[in-house]
Amino acid sequence: MNLTEIARFALRGIGANKLRSTLTMLGILIGVAAVTLLVAVGNGSARTVAARIEALGADTLTVMSTRHGAGGLTMKVAEALDDPAVAPGVRSVSPVVSTPATLTHEGAEHRIASFVGTTPSWFAASNFPVESGAAFTADDEAQARRVVVIGQTVAEELFSGADPVGRQVTAGGALFTVTGVLREKSSSGAQGSNDIAVAPISAVRQVLAGYGPLSSILVETAGPSTVGAVQSEISTILDRRLEPGAYRVQNAAQLLETQTESAGAFTTVLGAVAAISLLVGGIGITNIMLVTVTERTREIGIRKALGAPRRVILTQFLIEATLLSVIGGGLGVAAAVLGSRFPIVGVQPVIVPSSVALALGVSVLIGLFFGGLPAARAARLRPIDALRYE
Amino acid sequence: MRTVLDVRDVTKVYGHGDTGVRALDGVSLEVARGEYLAVMGPSGSGKSTLMNILGCLDLPTTGTYLLDGVDVGSLSDEQLTLARNRLIGFVFQAFNLIPRTSAVANVELPLAYSGMKAAERRRRAMFSLDLVGLADRAEHEPDQLSGGQQQRVAVARALVTEPAVLLADEPTGNLDSHAGEEVLSVFDDLNAAGHTIVIITHEDEVGARADRLVKLFDGRVISDSRQEPAGRHAASGALK
Repeated sequence: MNLTEIARFALRGIGANKLRSTLTMLGILIGVAAVTLLVAVGNGSARTVAARIEALGADTLTVMSTRHGAGGLTMKVAEALDDPAVAPGVRSVSPVVSTPATLTHEGAEHRIASFVGTTPSWFAASNFPVESGAAFTADDEAQARRVVVIGQTVAEELFSGADPVGRQVTAGGALFTVTGVLREKSSSGAQGSNDIAVAPISAVRQVLAGYGPLSSILVETAGPSTVGAVQSEISTILDRRLEPGAYRVQNAAQLLETQTESAGAFTTVLGAVAAISLLVGGIGITNIMLVTVTERTREIGIRKALGAPRRVILTQFLIEATLLSVIGGGLGVAAAVLGSRFPIVGVQPVIVPSSVALALGVSVLIGLFFGGLPAARAARLRPIDALRYE
Repeated sequence: MRTVLDVRDVTKVYGHGDTGVRALDGVSLEVARGEYLAVMGPSGSGKSTLMNILGCLDLPTTGTYLLDGVDVGSLSDEQLTLARNRLIGFVFQAFNLIPRTSAVANVELPLAYSGMKAAERRRRAMFSLDLVGLADRAEHEPDQLSGGQQQRVAVARALVTEPAVLLADEPTGNLDSHAGEEVLSVFDDLNAAGHTIVIITHEDEVGARADRLVKLFDGRVISDSRQEPAGRHAASGALK
C-alpha cells in the first residue's frame, strides 16, 4: 500500500469530522498567529523608537539643568561651550529657551507647548530643516527681530492651507513675522513635534520668556563617533562654571541604547505572552488528538481485522496530525502576515522570520508528537481489544 | 474435500493460575471447503473465543490451528495481518463499518490494504455489492443505510477478497427478523455458490439453516452433526 493511498485515507479521516478538524486547525492558527504577530509588534515598536531617536540626531548632546531657578544655564555658559581650544569636537552650540505660548492670526488662535527661542544653528543641530521660506539669520538674532519659523501643525491650525510666509502672528502681545515653515517630522507621541514655533532667542526673551536661565543647550558634534569625546570635553567646561550635579548631559546615542534595551524587553514580554497562547493551543491540539484516537480505537480495530498493517495505521494517523498542524500553522502565518500590514496600537509590526519558524516548528512538533503517540499505542493494540473498545 | 480450517485440541485460557478462565478446553474441529457450519452454544460457552481464534484475531494457549494448511501459531504479527486480509472475511454482530465512509469505500478497504490498484478495486467492490443486492447504494454512508443493509455491506466487504472462509459472529444479533432474513438469505446464496461459511449464533432458526451444527458447552464440543438444512429461501442456488 503506497503513501498516496494512505494520504487519501488520512484526508478522508480529516474530512469525516469537519468541525473538529476545523477547531483543531483554529487552535494552532491562533497560537501561531499570536506568536508571530505579537513578536512582530514588539519588533516594530523597537524599530519605530530607534528611528525616532535617530531622527533627533545621533550626533547631538543636550545639556539640561537639574535645578530650577538660580545657578542654572546662562548665555555665558552657552558661549563658553563654544571653545575650540578646550572642546574642538563641538560644531555648534545653540542655547534654547522654551515656553508655552498662544499664537493668534486674524482671529484664529492656537496654543503651543513650546515656543522655542534659539540661534540659527539649532535648525541643523536638531535635524529640523526649513521646508518653505527661510530660517532666521544670525543678524535677526543679534537685532532681536521678531521673526518666527513655525511647524507644520501650527501652519495648518492658523493658516489652514494658505501660505504663511510673510504673514504675521501675535504671541505674548507682540507681532512676529513668519519667515518659514519647518519640514514635517515623524510625530512622536501625543504632543506632536510639528506643533512648534522657533524664533530668535533674543526676541523670545524680550517678549515671552524673560531673562531667566536657559531651558537647555543643544550641542552639535562633528559626528556620532565623536559624541563620547565631546561629552567629556563640555563636562570639563561645565564643571568649571556650574556646581557639580547642577546639570546633566543627555546623549542621543545613550538614549537610543536604553530605548532599544527596553524595547527588547517589551518584545520578550510580548513573545512570552504569545508563547503561552501557543502552549495553550498546543494542549488543545493534544487533547483533541487524544480524543480522536481514543474515539477511533474501534475503527483501528476494524482496520486491523481487515488486514491493515500497523505501519499503515500509524502512517495514516501521523499524516492526519501533520496535515492538521501544518495547515493550521500555515494559515496562522498567513493571518499574521496579513495582520502585520496594518498598524496595531499605533505600531507598524515587522515580522521576525525566526519567530515564524519557531511557532510553526512548535505547532508541528506538538501535532506530530501528541497525534503520533496515541496512534502508535492504538496501532499496537491487538485487534480484538481494539474492537471491544467502547 | 479439502480442509480449510483444522483446529486440533485447542485450549484458550484467560488470566493466570487459579484465577485463569478456561474459555476453550480441548476443542477439535475440521471444516472442509464449501461447508456451511453453525456453531451454537449458550453465552460463556466459548463461541466468541473460538471465532477469534478461527479469525486469527487471537492465538490459542495450546493446540494447533491450521488455516488453509498453514500453522497460525508459527506466524508473525505481520503474517497474521496478511492472513486475515487474504484468507478470512469477517462479519461482525455490530456491523463494524467505518463511519462517515461510503459503502463502496468500506468494501474496498481490504483490497486497499492488500495493495490493489484503485480502478480494479472499485470494479471488484461494485461486483461484491451487487452480489448482496446493494449496488445502487454504493455511495451511501453507513448511517444512511438500514441495519440489514449495513450488515449486507459488511458481508460484501468480507467477500471482496475472495477469502477461504467467511466468519460471521452473531450476524443477525443486532437485526430484526426481517433484516436478519435478508442477511441470512445472502449467506444461503453464497454457500450455494461454493463459499465456506462459519456462522456463530445462539438462535436455533439460524443454526437450522446450516448443513452442519456444532454445539459448544463450557469450552468443549458436545455435539457435531450433519443436518438437513431448514428454512433456506426459495431462490437458493440462483448464484450457481
